Amino acid sequence: MKKFILRRLLLGVIVMLGVAVITFFVARVVPSNPAAKWAGPRATPEQIARATVELGLDKPLVVQFGKYLADLLQGNLGYSLRTRRPVTLELMESLPATIELVFISTIAAVFIGIPLGVISARRKDQLVDHLSRLFSIGVVSLPTFWIGLILQLVFFRTLGIFPMGGQLSTEIKVMMEIPKITGFIMFDSLITGNFKIFFDALWHIVLPGITIGMYPVGLVARMTRSALLEILSEDYITAARSYGLSERIVLWSYALKNSIGATSTVVALSIGYTLVNTFLTESIFTWPGIGSYIATAVIGLDYPAIMGVTIFSAFSYVVLNLVADIIIALDPRVRT
Amino acid sequence: MEWFSDTLKTLQPVIRDYRLSFYLLNRNALQRYSLIIIALLILLAIFAPWISPFPTHAISETNPQDKLLPPSSRYLFGTDELGRDLLSRVIFGTRISLQTALIAVGLALLVGVPLGAIAGGVGGIVDEIIMRITDVFLSFPPLLLAIAIASFLGPSLQNAMLAIVISWWPWYTRIIRGQAVSIRERQFVRAARATGTPMTSIVFKHILPNTMAPVIVQASMDIGGVILTIAALSFLGLGAQPPTPEWGLLISTSRTYFLNAWWYSTFPGIAIFITVLVFNLVGDGIREVLDPRTRKF
Repeated sequence: MKKFILRRLLLGVIVMLGVAVITFFVARVVPSNPAAKWAGPRATPEQIARATVELGLDKPLVVQFGKYLADLLQGNLGYSLRTRRPVTLELMESLPATIELVFISTIAAVFIGIPLGVISARRKDQLVDHLSRLFSIGVVSLPTFWIGLILQLVFFRTLGIFPMGGQLSTEIKVMMEIPKITGFIMFDSLITGNFKIFFDALWHIVLPGITIGMYPVGLVARMTRSALLEILSEDYITAARSYGLSERIVLWSYALKNSIGATSTVVALSIGYTLVNTFLTESIFTWPGIGSYIATAVIGLDYPAIMGVTIFSAFSYVVLNLVADIIIALDPRVRT
Repeated sequence: MEWFSDTLKTLQPVIRDYRLSFYLLNRNALQRYSLIIIALLILLAIFAPWISPFPTHAISETNPQDKLLPPSSRYLFGTDELGRDLLSRVIFGTRISLQTALIAVGLALLVGVPLGAIAGGVGGIVDEIIMRITDVFLSFPPLLLAIAIASFLGPSLQNAMLAIVISWWPWYTRIIRGQAVSIRERQFVRAARATGTPMTSIVFKHILPNTMAPVIVQASMDIGGVILTIAALSFLGLGAQPPTPEWGLLISTSRTYFLNAWWYSTFPGIAIFITVLVFNLVGDGIREVLDPRTRKF
């Protein structure tokens, strides 16, 4: 067990190194003049020359990569062209808003998606199954950004139930002091007892939460269903049934427990999808997270910012998959 | 010509399999309708200039006096901010999306398939190197790598397509490699090796043709995802540029106006949804038909 985890950790480090190599190539080797990109579209020749030195572009590729890696290890992602502030700092500022969204959608994926998949597997080829499969395949076919716009049309423009965007109402932002402990507005307002702020934040997260959460719910439901169906045809399930155990115990205890590997992999995958989907939806809801940050960066071709978000997201995804693999390793059948 | 009949002979079981699969696919109502819709979409894409009511509106012609009109009998989907017929633009969008998706998947196959066959067929250190490279590519969350590459290549539809190819090929390499590894130990490949057939010939003549079925299935399932990815890149401003009537770009432009012009974002979105949905449904069906555990006769 320990050996497996150690080996997996080592592999994770190697993969991260590989991610660093690819991002290095994308940023420094693919563009014809990386210094000009790094210095920005309106840079003077002197600024470009300075960027060349700063990036070490006048040195051999290996030296450049060494410097790139050293910068990464120190958490130095360069300076945003738009704001002239360190990208790492700006990422840290916008991260809590994104984590709140991803957290909500992952909760939905687990607590709606898994039961949906289980019910679907239990009632295979019945109406519930058909509906839930149609839902799963439907949501993975929907463009996330479009769902956001349609929800705004219906629930803001037509019905006027939910706010169009932002994390908090303007009155609350102006009138009240927003508690800042961890940076997560909902969490901070809850522990300081500011229920007015908490409910306002809750009100604001509903539409972006649904937009972001639909995809993972569908994905998890679909994967849980197929994993369960496979397991339900195993001999030990037949055996459990023949002991006279109730179908509920067979399903929720025997079968679901054995599908934990597949499910945790797909939850990790869906968190990755969610993270990337925030790139497409946060800007619609003027949600001040890294999604809005990269969307703005893309429009202004703010390369250091784009690269910063890319590297950060890729590294978090690797860590996520590592965690999923370790959860799978808890299953003694997988361990070798 | 002998070469042709040889190829045909080796392909015969594959073709028979496809005909059977098509027959099975055709029996499920949902999948039959999906196949019909795909056929319609392809026709729409090919005959866009003849089908759309205002073909000149597709690109640059503007008539500001008709701007942002709601759907009517003249403009079934309404008009955009420059008075162009949205229906015509959505129809031309079908052409762009299908074309780009097919080319992107095709190119990704062209890169991924030979690499997978080499990895699985040759084995050893070559296999190790190729597969570790695919591991790294696949360790990026979907869409992320494409965003990074597209932004560094510069925003355009071609570059978005290229970015998709670069982030997509490892999936095919992985599938082909898995197939190739199992085929490598089969009698006929061993026999070829024993008689001194050169490695390239073993990989490309003996192994590759026998690995194609699952990867074709995967590719057909991926079309929907690729269409969605292109739309997403365009929505971010990294794909098609105005005045191209690309669906994602249409939705992106509509953001300025949609609160007072619901039709502007709604119809291009429905077009994306239906197209991706039918491809996903058919893909799902193909997988079910080919998987012996779920295959029903």
